[in-house]
Amino acid sequence: MEKQFRKTKMKSRVCWIVAIILALAALASAVLPFFFMVINSFKGKFEMLTKGVFALPDKLNMNNYQEVLSGGFVRYFGNSVLVLCVSLLLILFISACAAYPLARFKFRLNGFIYSTIVACMAIPIHITLIPVFQMTKSLKLYDSIGALFGPDVAFALPISVFILTSFMAGIPKEIEESAEIDGCNKYRMFFTIMLPLAKPGLSTLAIYNGVNIWNEFSFAYTLTQSPKNRTLPLAVWDFQGQYSMNTPMIMAVLTLTVLPMIILFVFAQDKLVKGMTAGAVKG
Amino acid sequence: MKNQSNTLSGRRQRSTNIAAFVFLLPVILLLTVFIFYPIVDSFIISTYKWNGIAAERTFVGVSNWKKLIGDRDFWFAFRNNIIIMVMSIIIQIPIGLAEATFIEFAGKKATICKVLWFIPMLMSSVAIGFLFTYALAANGGMISAVSQLFGGGNIDLLGNKNTALMTVIFVIAWQFIPFYMVYAMAGYTSISEDVYEASLIDGATKSQYFWRIALPLLMPTLKSAAILSMVGSLKYFDLIYVMTGGGPGTATELMATYMYKNAFAQFNMGYGSAVAAGMFILITLLSLVTMRAINGKKEEE
Repeated sequence: MEKQFRKTKMKSRVCWIVAIILALAALASAVLPFFFMVINSFKGKFEMLTKGVFALPDKLNMNNYQEVLSGGFVRYFGNSVLVLCVSLLLILFISACAAYPLARFKFRLNGFIYSTIVACMAIPIHITLIPVFQMTKSLKLYDSIGALFGPDVAFALPISVFILTSFMAGIPKEIEESAEIDGCNKYRMFFTIMLPLAKPGLSTLAIYNGVNIWNEFSFAYTLTQSPKNRTLPLAVWDFQGQYSMNTPMIMAVLTLTVLPMIILFVFAQDKLVKGMTAGAVKG
Repeated sequence: MKNQSNTLSGRRQRSTNIAAFVFLLPVILLLTVFIFYPIVDSFIISTYKWNGIAAERTFVGVSNWKKLIGDRDFWFAFRNNIIIMVMSIIIQIPIGLAEATFIEFAGKKATICKVLWFIPMLMSSVAIGFLFTYALAANGGMISAVSQLFGGGNIDLLGNKNTALMTVIFVIAWQFIPFYMVYAMAGYTSISEDVYEASLIDGATKSQYFWRIALPLLMPTLKSAAILSMVGSLKYFDLIYVMTGGGPGTATELMATYMYKNAFAQFNMGYGSAVAAGMFILITLLSLVTMRAINGKKEEE
């Protein structure tokens, strides 16, 4: 018995050592590219080539950052913030409006409308790219920030409605019932009771959609052209044309684009992780 | 009908219907304008030859579709999508599960792993694409630097036809492993604490617990992870477009990048729409088949 016990203990210790070695390898591969990006963003153009890519920079050289920030980066950042705020408000309001009747009302088309909206989750955006491009041109919205709101909001809606409907269906009905007896109509009920109660669901959705819109590339790339109207994911694209051989400069641009996410991660890790995986509720 | 609308319940149902309509109007409007109409329009445009700029477009019937069916580049792109799909499922989900299991077994001590393993998810596909374009560059990249350390020369993984696709698959894995880790961690939290304790009391080792108890309980989670990965891989675009643009040659071409090039680089909107519509049909078919296969199995159980 004693021998048997010792044997399993040995075996489990070996297992742990192997597991820890593999974990460290995974750690290195997850962090190394990130490390590469950050340390090289502080180097001079030739410093990286002469000293090697993994060497620490001589000093915290902020020149790259200064140049990027004075070279129009702020404009991209501002555009992204604008697109984010407007789209997010619209998404949250419209999807809450849709989720309320889908979760609460009894009417004939309920099931049909719900499954149609949910089915839209699987549609690849590329099937809509050419028609939306033509539409944007004929509405004279091409190459303006205004062109991005519609597609950004529309493609966020199916999953948002899906998540919010199941969230609202989980809210107890008692408050509404007593409000209804007091003569509250459906519209007032939505604004005064449902919206406040749905706040946790809305905040998860805000993070999920916020991250997606912040990173959105296809529509922004197709529907805008001039740097003054482009969003952050395209900043790298445009800067690359300017500094293609200057790796540290590109790394500085990349680090700056990731910075908001890092700040969010440091201060609200749990919320961010929960929000980012909200879309994965179901297959 | 008239009778019904006069009764109290009939009137109430009518006011409910009106309220439902008002609340659902914005969503229906937006989906119609930006999703349903464009899908129909794509099929319409696919019957024309059109550069997208000129007002005139020539009707060509099904000739774009005929071309698509015989287009080796398109089917090669589809093949690449399938390879990426299969490899993503094989690589990402087991590693994500392994990481989640490690965190589950190691407890608080593994918090640092949890935090650092999540880092790739903070970057957008575009940023990751650019980062790896430079990190894997032959000149001044990480791999070349390591190779030089051992006396080797520069290595150009993305520029080589034979290694480009595999390299892209590993970058995609780098991006998405944290997602499946968090996903599997959520699966673990749904297994009740009692199950774990009961199995320990019964004398199960950790590996027995994992293989015999946790894994079967996590199966539904892993299945939906596989579906997510599948649908995602078929739609993939940003990262590859940024990193290789489908090249070298057509080595990493995907359906989406092929469509984009036809429509927006060669301004062949008609054929681009045919590619997009073909992609839509293939993705819908594959999703339906997979869903049915998985749901069918559920019924058997």
